[in-house]
Amino acid sequence: MSIIEKIKNPTRRQMIVAGGVAGGGMLLGYAFSGPSRSAQAAKAVANEGEVILGTWIKISPDNTVSIYAPNSDMGQGVITALAQMAAEEMEADWSKVEAFSAPAEKAFANEAFGQRFTENMTIPPMFQGLSDALMLKVAQFMNIQVTGGSSSIRWTGHHGMRPAGAAAKDMLIRAAAARWNVPASECVAKLSTVSHASGKSATYAELASDAAELSPPAHPVLKAKADYIIVGQPKQRFDIPGKVDGSTKYGIDVHLPDMLYAAIKFTPAFGSDVISYDAAPILARRGVKKLVTVPGVGVAVIADNFWRAKEAAALLELKADAKGNDKLSMDSIYKAHDAAIASGELKDDQVAGDAAAVLAKADRKMQATYRVPYLAHACMEPMNCTVWIRNGKADVWVGTQSPLNTRGRVAEVSGLGFDNVTVHAHLMGGGFGRRVPVVSGFIDFPSEIDFATIIAKDVDAPVQLLYTREDDIRHDAYRIAVTSQFEAALDASGKPTAWVNTYTSKDEPGEAAHVPYGIADRSIRSVESPTVVPRGPWRSVAHSQHTFFTESFMDELAHEANADPYEYRRALLKDQPRHLAVLDRAAKEAGWGTPLAKGRARGIAIQQSFKSIVAEVAEISVSPAGEVKVHRVTAAVDCGGTINPDTATQQVESGIIYGLTAAMYGAVTIANGGVEQTNFTDYEMLHLSQTPEIAVHFVDSGADLGGLGEPATPPIAAALANAVFAATGKRVRELPLKNHDLTPKAGKLASFMPKSMAAE
Amino acid sequence: MSVTFKINGTAHTLDVEDEMPLLWVLRNELGYTGTKFGCGVAACGACTVHVNGEAMRSCSVAVSDVADSEIVTIEGLAASLGAAEARLAPVQEAWIKHQVPQCGYCQSGMLMAVAALLKETPHPTDAEIDESITNVCRCGTYPRIRAAIHSLQDA
Repeated sequence: MSIIEKIKNPTRRQMIVAGGVAGGGMLLGYAFSGPSRSAQAAKAVANEGEVILGTWIKISPDNTVSIYAPNSDMGQGVITALAQMAAEEMEADWSKVEAFSAPAEKAFANEAFGQRFTENMTIPPMFQGLSDALMLKVAQFMNIQVTGGSSSIRWTGHHGMRPAGAAAKDMLIRAAAARWNVPASECVAKLSTVSHASGKSATYAELASDAAELSPPAHPVLKAKADYIIVGQPKQRFDIPGKVDGSTKYGIDVHLPDMLYAAIKFTPAFGSDVISYDAAPILARRGVKKLVTVPGVGVAVIADNFWRAKEAAALLELKADAKGNDKLSMDSIYKAHDAAIASGELKDDQVAGDAAAVLAKADRKMQATYRVPYLAHACMEPMNCTVWIRNGKADVWVGTQSPLNTRGRVAEVSGLGFDNVTVHAHLMGGGFGRRVPVVSGFIDFPSEIDFATIIAKDVDAPVQLLYTREDDIRHDAYRIAVTSQFEAALDASGKPTAWVNTYTSKDEPGEAAHVPYGIADRSIRSVESPTVVPRGPWRSVAHSQHTFFTESFMDELAHEANADPYEYRRALLKDQPRHLAVLDRAAKEAGWGTPLAKGRARGIAIQQSFKSIVAEVAEISVSPAGEVKVHRVTAAVDCGGTINPDTATQQVESGIIYGLTAAMYGAVTIANGGVEQTNFTDYEMLHLSQTPEIAVHFVDSGADLGGLGEPATPPIAAALANAVFAATGKRVRELPLKNHDLTPKAGKLASFMPKSMAAE
Repeated sequence: MSVTFKINGTAHTLDVEDEMPLLWVLRNELGYTGTKFGCGVAACGACTVHVNGEAMRSCSVAVSDVADSEIVTIEGLAASLGAAEARLAPVQEAWIKHQVPQCGYCQSGMLMAVAALLKETPHPTDAEIDESITNVCRCGTYPRIRAAIHSLQDA
C-alpha cells in the first residue's frame, strides 16, 4: 500500500504512528489539531485559522533520536532549532540526536524530503478524501504558513515539535511502566532513558516498539521553561558540515542521466507575447536540442550543457508584441502613484478619531512624501527547477519554501493531477520570499516552476531550467515600489496630535504601516496602483517599505519638535511596555547619548513585525565625498525568547545586512517595460569590507514566541537614514542612499542636532 | 577541441569548446557541483576554485586557459591543504566552530578565496581581509567570516 493510500484510509494509529523501523524502533508522528476537525477544514479552505502541523520523531535501535522537520531551510538554521524543541520535551540525549528535513527511510535518498513532506507529513488526516482541487487549496494554505512569515518556530515548533516530543516521552514512560508493572508517575525520562526508583532502566530504543503500540496522549504535558536544558542553548547547526565541504546539494546541483538544460530568452517587456523567431541558426549550434515557447514569457533553448543553452538563447532574436507594456517606466509608475494618491479610491487601513479635523485646526504641521523602488531578491543560488515528465508522472527537483504548493503548481500546469507529481525538495541557496510559488491571491505571477513544467512537457528527458543572474534580476517577483505620503499635526510642545498617511499598494502583513505611538487621531489609508511588473514577498514583506517611511517620518517630527529622536519616541511609547523595553535596550547598548567619535552620527528606529519587536541604532559617518560608512549596528530584539541563541543571532545579523544592502544600494528600475539592472555590477551588494560591526541583544520578555527570519530587516533602513540626517542634515525620503548627494553641509549640524546624535 | 587538466589530482581530458568557462565544465560536464554558479561575470566569487594554487573565478576562465593546470575545487580543498582522508582543513573547521554558513551557497567560493588568502598572508589584517575577500554573501555571514579568519591566525 502506498503512503498516499494509507493516509486516505487512516486509522487512529496511523495518524500517530506511521510505522516501525527496520530492526526495531519507532517512527512517531504527532498531528496537532484544533478543537473540531470539520471546523478546521472549513477554516483552511477559507485560507485562515489554525494550522495543523505534523512532525516526526524516529528512535533507532542504537538509541539515536532522529527528528524530521516539515520545514524548508533556506539558511535560517531552523531545522536545528526545531529539533531542540522536540528533543527538549522528549528528554532526548542531545549528543545522540539527529535532525533532518529529509525522509526517514534511507531508500528515499536525501532529496526526497519533499516526498515525505507532501505525502504524509503536512496533509492532516482530516483533509484526506477531499478532491484534488480542494487539496490544492489546502496545499496552498498550508505552505504559506509553513516556511514563510517567520513562522517556523512559533507555529511548527510551538504547536508541532513540542507536543510531538512530549507525546513521545509520555508513550515511552508508559511503555516502561507497563513492562515493569509500576505506576507511570514513578518513572522518569532523562537522556533518552526511562528509569525507576527500583533501579530498573531502559533506553528509548529498548522501549520504542512497545511505545509505538500505545495511544498517544490527547494533551501532552509540556516542560516548564525553567527546566529547559536543550532549548536556549547555542547548539551547533546540523546542516553546516555539508556546507563547508561542498557536499550539500541544492536544487541547481541535481545531476540526472541524460539531463538537459534550459535557458530562456525573455521578451524585453513584461507581459509580452512572442510573435516569431528564427530557430534555424540556434538549432544549428553545438549541443542545442530544441526550442520551446513559454507563453507570455519568451522562448526556452534546450541544450546538453547550460552554457551552450544560454549562449544560444542570447543570440535568439524574438519578435514580440509588448501590448503597450513597453511604455512602462519609473516615471510613469510614480506618476500613477501620485495620481492614485491624489484622486484614487482610498481604502481605510487604520482609522481612529478624526485626524482631518485635528489637522485642519493645527498651527504646526509636517508633510512629507516617501518612495522606494522595486527590489529583487538576488538569492545566491539562481532560480532553477528540474522537471522530468514521463509515463504520465512528473518528478520535480527544486529548492522551495513550499514543497507542497510546488507539487500543486506542477500538477496544475502539467495537467497530470496531484497524485502523479513527486517533489524532491532541496536545501535552498537563499529564499527571502523568492522561492514561494504562485499562490492564488498572494503571489499571482508564474515563476520558474511553472516555466520548467511547460518546458518539460515538450522534452523527452529530465530538464533543468536555470536562470542566469541577469534573468534572476530582470525576472523576479519584485518587492513593489511604494509611494507613501504623510501629514502630521503637532501641538505646542511638539507632540504629534494627528497622523495621516496615504500609501500605494496595500500588501501583507496588513498592519505594516501602523505605528505603535500614542497618537489618538490617525488616518492610514491605501490606494491601489497596479502594474504588470511581477510582485512577490521580499524578506519582511510590507514592513520593509513601511518601516522606512513611518520611522523616518517620526524622526522628522522629533527634529521639528527639537527633541532627541530616542526620547521623543520614548514619550510616545509609554503605553507600550514591550516596545519601550526594546527601544531602551537598543539605546543603552548603542551608547545613545554618549559622546561619539569625530564625524560619527547615530540614528534609531523600531518596528514590530511577525510578533517580534526590534529596535536598531546605526552609527555611521559620511566622508567629505558623501560616502556613507556604517560602523556599527546595535539591535535589541524581543521575540519572546530564543530557542537557539546562536542561530537567532545569525538571523538578526542576516536581516540587518539584507536590509542594509537594500537601503544603501538596492534599486530595480523599469524602463521600456523591463528591468534596467542586469547583474551584481549594477544591482550592487554589500561586501565584507562595508559590513558594520553588529551587536545583537535579546530582551527575554517571556511573551509568546515571535518570528525571527524577517523582523530584523525592517528597522535598518530608517535607522540608517535617520543617522544620515544626523550627520548631514539631509533627509533621505527615497531609497537607495547611493542616489543621494550626501556631501556634508557645513554649519547645518550644530544648529539643531542634539549632542547624543551627532559629533561636532 | 580536446583539453586536459587535473581536478583534485585526477586527470581529465575533454572535448569541449575552447571558450566554455571552467565553471560549466566542472558542473555540467564533470559533475563537480560544489563549485557554484552565482553571477557569470566574476562579480560574486561563488565559483572560486584554485588554478595552480591561485584563486580564480571559474565562471570567467575559459577552459582552454587552464589546459594542463592543476585545479582544486571545494571537494579537494582539505586534501590540497594536507588534511588526512575524510578530514577537513583548519579553515573549514573554523567555519564550523564559528557557525559561519547560513544558506551556505556562497561558502564554497568563500572558503576557496579565504584559503588562497591565508596561503599568501597567514595573518591578514582587517584591511587585508577587506581587500581580498570580495565574494558576495546574501545571508550576511560576513561578521562571522571575519571572526573565523581571525581565529585561525590566533591559533
